Amino acid sequence: MSALHDLSVAALAGRLKAREVSAVEVAQHFLARGGAHAGLGAFLATDPEVTLAQARAADARIAAGEAAPLLGVPVAHKDIFVTRDFPTTAGSKMLEGYRSPFDATVVRKLAEAGMVTLGKLNCDEFAMGSSNENSAYGPVKNPWDTSRIPGGSSGGSAVAVAARLAPAATGTDTGGSIRQPASFCGITGIKPTYGRASRYGMIAYASSLDQAGPMARSAEDCALLLSALCGPDPDRDSTSLDVPSEDFTRALGGSLEGLRIGVPKEFFGEGLADDVRAAIEAALQQYEKLGARRVEVSLPRTELSIPVYYIIAPAEASSNLSRFDGVKFGHRAKQYTDLLDMYRKTRAEGFGEEVKQRIMVGTYVLSHGYYDAYYLQAQKVRRMIADDFRRAFTECDVIAGPAAPTVAWKLGEHGNDPLADYLADIFTLPASLAGLPGMCLPCGFGAGGMPVGLQLIGNWFQEGRLLNAAHAFQQATDFHLQQPEGVQ
Amino acid sequence: MSRLVQGYEVVIGFETHAQLSTRSKIFSRAPTDFGAEPNTQASAVDLALPGTLPVMNKGAVERAIAFGLAVNAHIAPRSVFARKNYFYPDLPKGYQISQYEIPVVQGGVVEFYLGDEKRSVRLVRAHLEEDAGKSLHEDFVGQSGIDLNRAGTPLLEIVTEPDMRSTEEAVAYAKELHKIVTWIGICDGNMQEGSFRCDANVSVRKPGQPLGTRREIKNLNSFRFMQQAIDYEIRWQIEELEDGRAIEQATVLFDPDTGETRAMRTKEDAADYRYFPDPDLPPLVVAPEWVEQVRASMPELPRAMAARFVADYGLPEYDATTLTQSPAMAAYFEAAARSSGQPKLASNWIMGEVSRRLNAQEIDIGQAPVPAATLAALVGRIADGTISNSAARQVFEALWSGEGSNVDALIEAKGLKQMNDTGELEKILDGIIAANPDNVAQFKAGKDKAFNALVGQAMKATKGKANPQQVNELLRRKLQG
Repeated sequence: MSALHDLSVAALAGRLKAREVSAVEVAQHFLARGGAHAGLGAFLATDPEVTLAQARAADARIAAGEAAPLLGVPVAHKDIFVTRDFPTTAGSKMLEGYRSPFDATVVRKLAEAGMVTLGKLNCDEFAMGSSNENSAYGPVKNPWDTSRIPGGSSGGSAVAVAARLAPAATGTDTGGSIRQPASFCGITGIKPTYGRASRYGMIAYASSLDQAGPMARSAEDCALLLSALCGPDPDRDSTSLDVPSEDFTRALGGSLEGLRIGVPKEFFGEGLADDVRAAIEAALQQYEKLGARRVEVSLPRTELSIPVYYIIAPAEASSNLSRFDGVKFGHRAKQYTDLLDMYRKTRAEGFGEEVKQRIMVGTYVLSHGYYDAYYLQAQKVRRMIADDFRRAFTECDVIAGPAAPTVAWKLGEHGNDPLADYLADIFTLPASLAGLPGMCLPCGFGAGGMPVGLQLIGNWFQEGRLLNAAHAFQQATDFHLQQPEGVQ
Repeated sequence: MSRLVQGYEVVIGFETHAQLSTRSKIFSRAPTDFGAEPNTQASAVDLALPGTLPVMNKGAVERAIAFGLAVNAHIAPRSVFARKNYFYPDLPKGYQISQYEIPVVQGGVVEFYLGDEKRSVRLVRAHLEEDAGKSLHEDFVGQSGIDLNRAGTPLLEIVTEPDMRSTEEAVAYAKELHKIVTWIGICDGNMQEGSFRCDANVSVRKPGQPLGTRREIKNLNSFRFMQQAIDYEIRWQIEELEDGRAIEQATVLFDPDTGETRAMRTKEDAADYRYFPDPDLPPLVVAPEWVEQVRASMPELPRAMAARFVADYGLPEYDATTLTQSPAMAAYFEAAARSSGQPKLASNWIMGEVSRRLNAQEIDIGQAPVPAATLAALVGRIADGTISNSAARQVFEALWSGEGSNVDALIEAKGLKQMNDTGELEKILDGIIAANPDNVAQFKAGKDKAFNALVGQAMKATKGKANPQQVNELLRRKLQG
C-alpha cells in the first residue's frame, strides 16, 4: 500500500469514504510531512489545531454518511486568498500578522466541499513575480533541485504539491502564475476562464486578469477541485460570470480522435530552449498517437503580450495597492512627522522592490498625458490578442505549446534584472490577456533533470475539453507520477 | 436676460452632490443611516479590506434613471465606472469609484421661474459615485479620527452648463433641483446632514468677452449661505479685476461667520487622479425595459402637475407653481379642491392662511393640524354663503388650535352663520340710518367714505354675521331709494 502522500486526491477521497483512514490521520500525516520539509519554504502559516478541528468535522460528515468527492482531503491555500482561520500576508511585510474577518469564496467553497486546510502557501509578494523570489518571507526551493526557483507567483503551491506536502493546492494566475510554476515543478494546474471562479477574497493584483485555480498532480485531481471552486458569486464579485460550475470529471475519458491541436508557430521561435522544445515536440507526437491531429496556427501578437501585460497589470496594481496606506490595517511606519510622511514611510517599508517598481510603472502609464499612449493603446492591443485566439480557434480545438521558454532557473540567476523574468512570461501572457482557460501538465524532463510542462489553452469555457486532453495524455504517460528524489 | 453688476456679467455653473436615498451603500450592503456611532456602518467592503470587491446597488441606478427622466435627459444604455485615484485617510481604497468618461445621465434641463421669468438651466450630466468617509480632527489631540460610516454612500453628482447669470438665478436653480430630487424621492434633501451639497463655479466678465477664470465655492449646504457666498464672491472678483489683478483658478470655502470666501487650493495643487475604468465593475448596462419600469414607478412631475392645475382647475400659473412645491402640498391642494369643488378658493386659503401658519411654526404640510377635507368643508361654507371670509378665519383659527374639528359645529357654536334674513337686516340698517344722519348726509353729498362707515356699523351691529355684499346692496338701495 502506498504512503498517504503518494495518493491522488481521488484515491485519498476513496480511502476516506471507505473509512480505511480518517481525515484526522490524513491531516496529521501531511502536517508532519510539511514540518519535515519546512526547509523548502512552501508554507507561510500552519495551525495544527485549526487543521485538526477541520479534519474532525470532516470525519463527522463522513460518519454521517455524506459522500462529497473531496470530503476530508487536505488542501493548502496560496497566501493571496484571505482566510479567517490563518493569517494572510500575500507574501508581503505590509500584511504581516493580518487576519481577515472572512474567507475568500474559493476557500469557503472548498471548505464546504469538506476539504481540510493545511495552511497558507508562500508566493511572490502580491502575486508579482515569476520565481517566488519576491516573497518577503524568503524564497521557495524547487524540490527537483533546491538550488533552483520553483517559478511564481504560486511557487509555494507548486512546491507543496510537487514535494507531496499537500495532495492539492490553490493558486492564482494573472499572467501565468499557476501554469509556469506547475511547469517548473512537474505538476498539473489549471486557470479557468476569467470570471468562472470568484475573485472575492483573492487579494487583487490585476483585477481584469486575476483568476484562481487548482494545482495538483493530475488533471483528474484538478478537475475535482475545479468543479468545487468555480461558480457564480454575484453578491460579492461583479466580474464573476453567471455560469454554473460543472462536474469537470465527467469530461474525462473522452476520445481524442480527431481533436485538432493547434500549434502556434510563434511559441516555437528563437527564445525557446532546446530541451524544452524537444519535450514539447515529443508530447505533440504523443497526442498524435492518441488520435489528435496537429495543425499549425498563428498568434501573431504573441510578442506584444509582454508590453501589453506589463502596462495593464501594473496600472491596475498601482490602484489596487493604494489601500495599503497604513491607515486601516497592515503595516504602519512607527515614526513619521505628518500624513504624507506616514504614507511614504509606511509604503517604503511595507512593500518590496518589485511591488514598488510595478506601482511606479502603473502610476506612470495612468498619468495625465500618458494614459492614451500606454494604457488605452495596451487595451486595444489586448482586444487584438483576443481576436487572434478567436481566429485560431476556428482552425483548432485546443492550442498546445510550452508554458515557459526554459526549465526552472537557479535562485538568484536573474539577479536584479526583472526584465529577464518578464520575458520568460511570454507563453502564458496571451491566454491571460484574452481571459481564456489555460493549463499546464508535465510532459518530460530537460536540462538538469528539471521538469518541462506542456501548456494547453482552450476556448472560453472549454475547461472540460482541456482537462480531458490532459487526462488522456496522463493515462498514456507517467511524467505526472514522477517525483523528486529528495522528498520521497 | 443678464443683469450687469458694475458693468460685469456674472456666470455661474453648479455641481451638486445629491445623496441617494437607498437603504444600503452603493457598492456594499452596509446601511446608510445618518448619525450612527463612528465606524458602526462600515462593512469589510467599505473599509477596503484586502480581497473585497464592489457590487453595484441597483437601487442607486434606479434613482439615477429617475432623475434623468425627471430632467428629460438621455439615459446612457451603457455607462462606465472609473477609479479616481488619490490618497486620503477617509478614502479607504485610495480611490473613489465614480463615473468619468461615460456617465449614466447625459444632458437634460432644469426649468423654473425667476419671478415671472421662465428660466432653464442645461445639465451636462449626472453621474453615480461613492462618498468618502469623514476625518474628525476635533476629538483627538495631535491625531485625526476616521469615521467610515459615510464611505460608500451613493451620490448623484449633477453638473450644469454655466447657464446662470445672477445669484438669484443660481439659488432658484438650486431650489428647483432640490425640489425635483425630493419630489421624485431619490434624495431626502436634508442639507444640514449633507444630503444635498452644492458647489458653485463663479466667474465674471465684461459683456461679449470670453468666460472669465472661475473659482469654485465648495460645499454650500444652505440656500442662505449659497446666496451670501455667491454674492460675496462676485463682489470680490469684480474688485480684484477693477484693482487690476487677475483671478486665479481656485477652490474656495465659504465661512458663514465672516461671510467671506477663502481659497483652499489653487490650480497648481491640482492632483492627477489617474482615472481609468474600474476593472472590478463591468459597464453599467441599462436596458430600455429598465428605464420604462422606472418611468412607470415615478410620480407626476411638478411641472407637469402645475400645468395640469392650470388646465383642470383654472388656477393662475403662479398658484399652480406655488402649490407644486412639494408632493404633500400638491396632494393637500388637490384633496381640498376636489372635495370642495372650489379650487381657486382652496388655493387662496392654502397659499394664505395655511402657508402663513406653516411658516410661522416651521412645520410642513404633512404636520398641518387641519386636514385637507376639513379645509374643503370650510371653503364650501364660504362658497355657499353660510359664513363670511372673516368668520371663516375665526373658524380656521379654532380648527388650527385644536378647539374643534367639525366646521359646521364650530360655526354653530360660535354663532357665525351669516344673517341671510333680509327682514332682520333691514331693520338693523334702518336703525343705523336713523342714528347716523351726518353720514347719510355726507354720502348723499357724494362722499363714499361715509358709505363705508355705515357698512362698518352694520357689520359691527351684526357681529360680522351679515353678508357684506348683501349689506352693501340693501344700504345703497335704501339711501338712494
